[in-house]
Amino acid sequence: MEKRTQFPVSWLPYALVAPQLAITIVFFIWPAAQALWQSLLVQDAFATHTEFVWFENFKVLFADETYIESFRVTAVFSSLVAFFGLSISLILAACCDHVLRGAKAYQTLIIWPYAVAPAIAAVIWSFMFNPTVGILAHGMKLLGYDWNHLLNSGQAMSLVVVSALFKLIPYDFLFFLAGLQSIPKSLIEAAAIDGAGPIKRFATIAFPLLSPTSFFLLVVNLVYAFFDTFAIIDAATAGGPSRSTTILVYKVFHDGFKGLDLGGSAAQSVVLMAIVITLTVVQFRFIERKVQY
Amino acid sequence: MKIKKLCLALAVACTFATAGAQAAPIEIQWWHSMTGVLNDRVNDIANGFNASQKDYKVVPVYKGGYTESMTAAIAAVRSGKGPDILQVFEVGTATMMAGKKVIKPVYEVMAEAHEKFDPKSYMPAVTSYYSDTQGRMLSMPFNSSTPVFYYNKDAFKKAGLDPNQPPKTWDEVEADALKLKASGAACSFTTAWQSWVQLENMSAWHNQEFATKQNGFGGLDTKLTFNTEVLVRHIAKLSSWVKSGLFTYAGRTTQPEAKFYGGDCAMLTTSSAAYANIKKNAKFQFGISQLPYYPDVKGAPQNSIIGGASLWVMGGKKPAEYKGVAKFFTYMSSPKVQAEWHQKTGYVPITKAAYELTKKEGFYEANPGTDVAIQQLLLKNPTKDSKGIRLGNFVQIRGIIDEELEAVWAQKKGPKQALDDAVERGNVELRKFERANKGGR
Repeated sequence: MEKRTQFPVSWLPYALVAPQLAITIVFFIWPAAQALWQSLLVQDAFATHTEFVWFENFKVLFADETYIESFRVTAVFSSLVAFFGLSISLILAACCDHVLRGAKAYQTLIIWPYAVAPAIAAVIWSFMFNPTVGILAHGMKLLGYDWNHLLNSGQAMSLVVVSALFKLIPYDFLFFLAGLQSIPKSLIEAAAIDGAGPIKRFATIAFPLLSPTSFFLLVVNLVYAFFDTFAIIDAATAGGPSRSTTILVYKVFHDGFKGLDLGGSAAQSVVLMAIVITLTVVQFRFIERKVQY
Repeated sequence: MKIKKLCLALAVACTFATAGAQAAPIEIQWWHSMTGVLNDRVNDIANGFNASQKDYKVVPVYKGGYTESMTAAIAAVRSGKGPDILQVFEVGTATMMAGKKVIKPVYEVMAEAHEKFDPKSYMPAVTSYYSDTQGRMLSMPFNSSTPVFYYNKDAFKKAGLDPNQPPKTWDEVEADALKLKASGAACSFTTAWQSWVQLENMSAWHNQEFATKQNGFGGLDTKLTFNTEVLVRHIAKLSSWVKSGLFTYAGRTTQPEAKFYGGDCAMLTTSSAAYANIKKNAKFQFGISQLPYYPDVKGAPQNSIIGGASLWVMGGKKPAEYKGVAKFFTYMSSPKVQAEWHQKTGYVPITKAAYELTKKEGFYEANPGTDVAIQQLLLKNPTKDSKGIRLGNFVQIRGIIDEELEAVWAQKKGPKQALDDAVERGNVELRKFERANKGGR
């Protein structure tokens, strides 16, 4: 006997999914189609002159070596963000799971930064690291380290990574903590009775059981680094010095909204769309198989 | 009989009602990007105009920063609506001009409204930036400034320099910077807006070509030519200062100003409009003088060029609205309004009469240095190389220049190589703009 719900009228299921479909079409399919169409056009800012050019925008884009360079920057940036985001929050969650007294206070404090808007977080960090008035820059100067992220590209990259992590760690932390708490206590206790210490218990029991959570967070973190960080880049470094923090999504924003080069910017967002689709497919197809549920 | 009376009464009432509607002033939407004190000044100007007559009402609306308000206006125009007046920053000039039918040139607005309008009464170095090759004004200059040289008099005294003798040439700046450094200053010189001050203005100041076709005024097929001997020499000098610790790079826009009023750097080049902020924050005596130059370059110093924003009139509006816009521009350009704007904001006045009025009122004696910007602009009649720069995709080109200069300051690239690369990469942007705006003027 099939356990499927039967609807008395044939239109009802369609009517029930219609709102969701409408939202998807209006807020996802429609803009994406617009971007695809725009990427094939050459147009002035006010759209008084429009020309259909097939793939010219893409040709121009890939002939531009600064665009290729921003791929490299994006790869470095997103892997740094994903790696440190996952590892730091996992350590924090494991520690928090372990404390007996005041656990709630730690948790609240760690989750707090999540309430800060990305641009604000970036402004806070770039203030603290400001070579002229920043307290951290001043402290480093006292220690004999010259901090100037306006000229030093490595320092600029660290600054945006730190600002991005500030927002990301609380989010990852929440998921890891929930994951750790859902691990059956009996397993841990059994291992403890067998003489496994806290580190061994974490490495052999908790960590493998967390793999679905880690996998989910890896995808989310990469998407975050790819898309949600342009406010951080804009407020902290504006892509500088010398393009060293110009990630793909920031270039889309900069060329489209500041430079008003709509065709070129649309072509970039189509490329970005393709990258994220591929990334997600690859992750779910190949990495998910190795994840233990 | 009764019905007839009623009808009559109705008719009378109707006439009054329509008369009332006619008397309601025509609204003129003005989108701007002025915040804080400047926003108050904008409202003052609009209120002053609204109180001066009954037919029109200017409604200023803050629409975000320069890029945001321009993007908002573009979206509005694309959907068939838009403001009557839009404030656009100087680098957006080419984009606005290329938008055929989207804008209405100011000279046309003024002529059609039969409004008295004499372009010669305006400051040539200000209006030339926003005029076509025939000298016709396309947009109304609003907030204009030009870079000037600020120096810390207290630090000069401490270094054994005469606080009333600011350096006139770049070599003198170097000599003074060395003395400042010897006196223990952590940083001697810094500059805000590096592309605008050190390349665009230094080019005009030495009467050098920045781009072909009269710096882009003559057509979209312009090419960048700023990798000149003079500018390469200048950037090389600054780069050597970075190495020897005389010049500290502190950011692309206004961030370096904090290094000056914080007392770190004793010399600064930045916009004349930074005056109010520096005066408020500096806890020392400071002086303002003309931009340094290289005396061996023929014709230097020429005149500096402006930055800031102008007011564009959007196309497709009713004639009555244009009449109101014209009346508003006349009011805005009056010496009294301009003199007040100039004195309270630090921006230069757009008419010579406002300058004379401010002088007569004794403002410059009470606030020494505030007239340096105007003197720089009025120094000589602008030439084809010093009247301004009009480039498509200028936002991107400035970005490219910033990137290349940062590579020079970080000692990753030689000055010649960086400027050559900036020219080459900038030309790609120019060709892109030309391609997208082929149908434009």
